[in-house]
Amino acid sequence: MRYASLLDAFGDTPLVGLPRLSPAEDVRLWAKLEDRNPTGSVKDRAALYMVQAAEKDGLLRPGSVIVEPTSGNTGISLAMVARLRGYRLICVMPENTSVERRLLLETYGAQIVSSPAAGGSNQAVATAKELAAANPDWVMLYQYGNPANAQAHYETTGPEILRDLPTVTHFVAGLGTSGTLMGAGRYLREQRPDLQVVAAEPRYGELVYGLRNVDEGFVPELYDPAVLTTRYSVGSREALRRTRQLIETEGIFAGISTGAILHAALGVAEKAVAAGESAEIAFVVCDGGWKYLSTGAYGGTLDDAERALEGQLWA
Amino acid sequence: MAIEVRIPTILRQYTGGQKAVQATGSSLGSLIDDLEAQHPGIKARLVTDSGALHRFVNVYVNDEDVRFTGALDTGLSDGDEVTILPAVAGG
Repeated sequence: MRYASLLDAFGDTPLVGLPRLSPAEDVRLWAKLEDRNPTGSVKDRAALYMVQAAEKDGLLRPGSVIVEPTSGNTGISLAMVARLRGYRLICVMPENTSVERRLLLETYGAQIVSSPAAGGSNQAVATAKELAAANPDWVMLYQYGNPANAQAHYETTGPEILRDLPTVTHFVAGLGTSGTLMGAGRYLREQRPDLQVVAAEPRYGELVYGLRNVDEGFVPELYDPAVLTTRYSVGSREALRRTRQLIETEGIFAGISTGAILHAALGVAEKAVAAGESAEIAFVVCDGGWKYLSTGAYGGTLDDAERALEGQLWA
Repeated sequence: MAIEVRIPTILRQYTGGQKAVQATGSSLGSLIDDLEAQHPGIKARLVTDSGALHRFVNVYVNDEDVRFTGALDTGLSDGDEVTILPAVAGG
């Protein structure tokens, strides 16, 4: 494969079968390897589409400053795109995210503004909005509400899955901004009306939710529950267990959020087996495990790893 | 019929600081009524005056979001686990 530049090399990722983890001949799991994108995560698709849309709308011009709330991957993707397109990037990140993510962002030349751990991503969003309001010439692409985020998956991820697995019955992905689920989910349901769209939402340790007020929560503007058929909450222990299982049984070294998605995919698979139905389940591998090695997710006992993740935003 | 309900930190003022409490009910709606009887004040934090779940409250039965399983009409059986969480951002 030959591409004109790194930006042209995003997407068209492999869809690989998981023969050992699939529970039956006719209930099969397929992993969409989004770690094979230019910066190693599914967020490259959204970052590129959001920047292209902002350029088309005349919001971004050479030398522009982009400010974005992100817990990591979106920031890394934007940092790469910003480098190649000549923009400055400021990421607002909760301080309880892995050290690798920060180092990578700095390597790409992005500036990091830390928001308090206690406020989590909600606080990062609020802080980025304040910065954007105080600096009217800065551009906030705002991944949680930017239609180009979902559009990237509507135009690329969804069609790729259908092309490679025309018999797909289930699509399982992580719920963060909801861009992947809304975009690919909408496309796939249009093409296969009986398809089930399953969200796997990370359930963090208590510390992360500690100070959240149920009256001031956050639902991404892109989120439309009508696109989903099921939404699972997956705790860090299950996510860690499945992340390890994926590497042990199928050789795929993925990040922790992928473990959560696999947990939901296996739950769906078990339900199909119990109901005597066949199923072709495609799920998203969001990124590789590299950025999470320092969290202790991959070594030691599950108890140790779970304790180490307490208070961390691992998805 | 005992069902364990996990309470987020922010609502533990109603449960005397307990992280998890037992309640009964054949549906989520009746379970919340029982919670209210035991821990007055908690229902108003979960359910609106018009009888729907608050927008920023997520409730899960055995890890499945009840908004996709019938909301307050979601059926419950002995041994089910109910988790209440505030909605947070991802990405």
